[in-house]
Amino acid sequence: MLMTERDRLAQEIRTLAARLGRNRTSLIPILLEIKRKYHTIDSYAMQVIADLLGIHPVEVNSVVSFYAFLGDRRQGRFVIRLCRTISCDMQGKSRVKRQLENDLGIGFGETTPDGKFTLEYANCMGMCDQGPALLVNDRIYTRVTPEKVHEILEECRRVFGVHAAETKEVVFK
Amino acid sequence: MSSLPTYTEQIPEAGLRAAMGMDRPGIISAIGASGLKGRGGAGFPTGVKWNFAAAAQADQKFVICNADEGEPGTFKDRVILQEHADLVFEGMTIAGKAIGAHEGILFLRGEYAYLRGHLEAALAGRRDRNLLGRGILGSNLDFDIRIFMGAGAYICGEETALIEALEGFRGEPRNRPPFPVNTGFMGRPSIVNNVETLAWAACILGNGPEWFRSHGTEKSTGRKIFSVSGDCARPGVYEFPMGLTVAELLREVGGEDAKAAQIGGAAGQCVPAKDFKRSIAFEDIPTGGSVIVLGPQRDMLDVLHNFLEFFVDESCGQCAPCRLGTTKLLEGLDMLRKGTCSMAYLKELCSLGETMQVASKCGLGQSSPNAFLSVVANFREELMGRIPTHA
Repeated sequence: MLMTERDRLAQEIRTLAARLGRNRTSLIPILLEIKRKYHTIDSYAMQVIADLLGIHPVEVNSVVSFYAFLGDRRQGRFVIRLCRTISCDMQGKSRVKRQLENDLGIGFGETTPDGKFTLEYANCMGMCDQGPALLVNDRIYTRVTPEKVHEILEECRRVFGVHAAETKEVVFK
Repeated sequence: MSSLPTYTEQIPEAGLRAAMGMDRPGIISAIGASGLKGRGGAGFPTGVKWNFAAAAQADQKFVICNADEGEPGTFKDRVILQEHADLVFEGMTIAGKAIGAHEGILFLRGEYAYLRGHLEAALAGRRDRNLLGRGILGSNLDFDIRIFMGAGAYICGEETALIEALEGFRGEPRNRPPFPVNTGFMGRPSIVNNVETLAWAACILGNGPEWFRSHGTEKSTGRKIFSVSGDCARPGVYEFPMGLTVAELLREVGGEDAKAAQIGGAAGQCVPAKDFKRSIAFEDIPTGGSVIVLGPQRDMLDVLHNFLEFFVDESCGQCAPCRLGTTKLLEGLDMLRKGTCSMAYLKELCSLGETMQVASKCGLGQSSPNAFLSVVANFREELMGRIPTHA
């Protein structure tokens, strides 16, 4: 990582800590923001956060590694989380899974080489009466069929395309 | 979505206005008299919980709303937060007055992040109407609510794990006692209540405890919101009185031909058709509201496999009975699916399940073998000597 990028990340974390509070109770809120914006929480970010909150970086790592929405692995700009729990399973999640893999050319737990998409499973996301359900970042899709998968991915690509030339961060709403 | 009749009949803020005219013991005795029990599934009497926290001496207390709805097959809290958020916040404010807290925290699961904008708007609206903030409705009550986002962990539905997450730690359950009502968030007395429990508390203050008691059974008073999914004609959210039979519920949702119903989510029990006359209540089949209808064509081993994968993934790993037990049960299930499990080994697996029920540290581990044990008890003819179908 270039020094300038590191400086920018450190500054961002300082701003977040100033807004959310420089104490341990702010740890998860800070981590969620960093993950959302940078799609990863690397060891440098963990060190900066630890210094600001006055805790050991291992403490930060232990929290990062515990929660499904955190984790230090780099993820794509769009994280697709397919619900794998019973009701969505009974409503045909396996075929949606297969089509997601076919259309993106990656397996679950992987990220496309262009860094756009990550495929993951999620446990019950509370859409059991309208399954199969999936989340794309914070956006929920219900009654997903294998044919609809392409449409959902195209929607993401359009959002990405519009902003691709800009340096501003894309927030998918 | 089905209607929520008694919820939608509520007069806005009737409960809060009534609570303003009452003293703290008055509010707690009204909740106690209603017989309201925790709607998240554990069924602890709400009045007792509030009374413990009210009696505790501390410089700060907290009201925490548990919106970490993660039990498979449960989605009623999402609907309540979408359609009746004010009722939940009203209940939190009443709880704040009852126990002497000035701060409320809504712990919203990460998967429900899309609800946050709507909820923040509802909170802002309440501040504008003097229903939150300083001197609520001209009284001397100061109370405000903030939202804390979860980061994706089923275990955080367990109240002490939830508090660990709030404090910035891994969501690993604490030893109890001490209970959160004495030593909760930041070591201060805290009540952790389910979304639905708090909404009912507001209704009870508005309509009186007798109104609530007029439905349900002696030990399970009132009505309950159910999340129904699976093999039925009309899945969705329903409101029924406590104590109705499984058969009655299945008739309402169009699932009469079911061979079993999983009640209480993955942590609940699998009720076979011969037991559909049993009633859904804390004294018979307890539930946080999840009902998954399993049609005649369902393979019980597939269902169990899904549940056990869930627990292997969501076990926090802190205590051995749960961390190792869930994995051993899943391995055993794979043997059953392949048709390579002896009866002696199945008995050992059941014995392991019973050990997990008594030796696990928290509710997740204690309830994780429930589905396995109830399927083995009720569907044994489906389990043994199977010929694997897929290559």
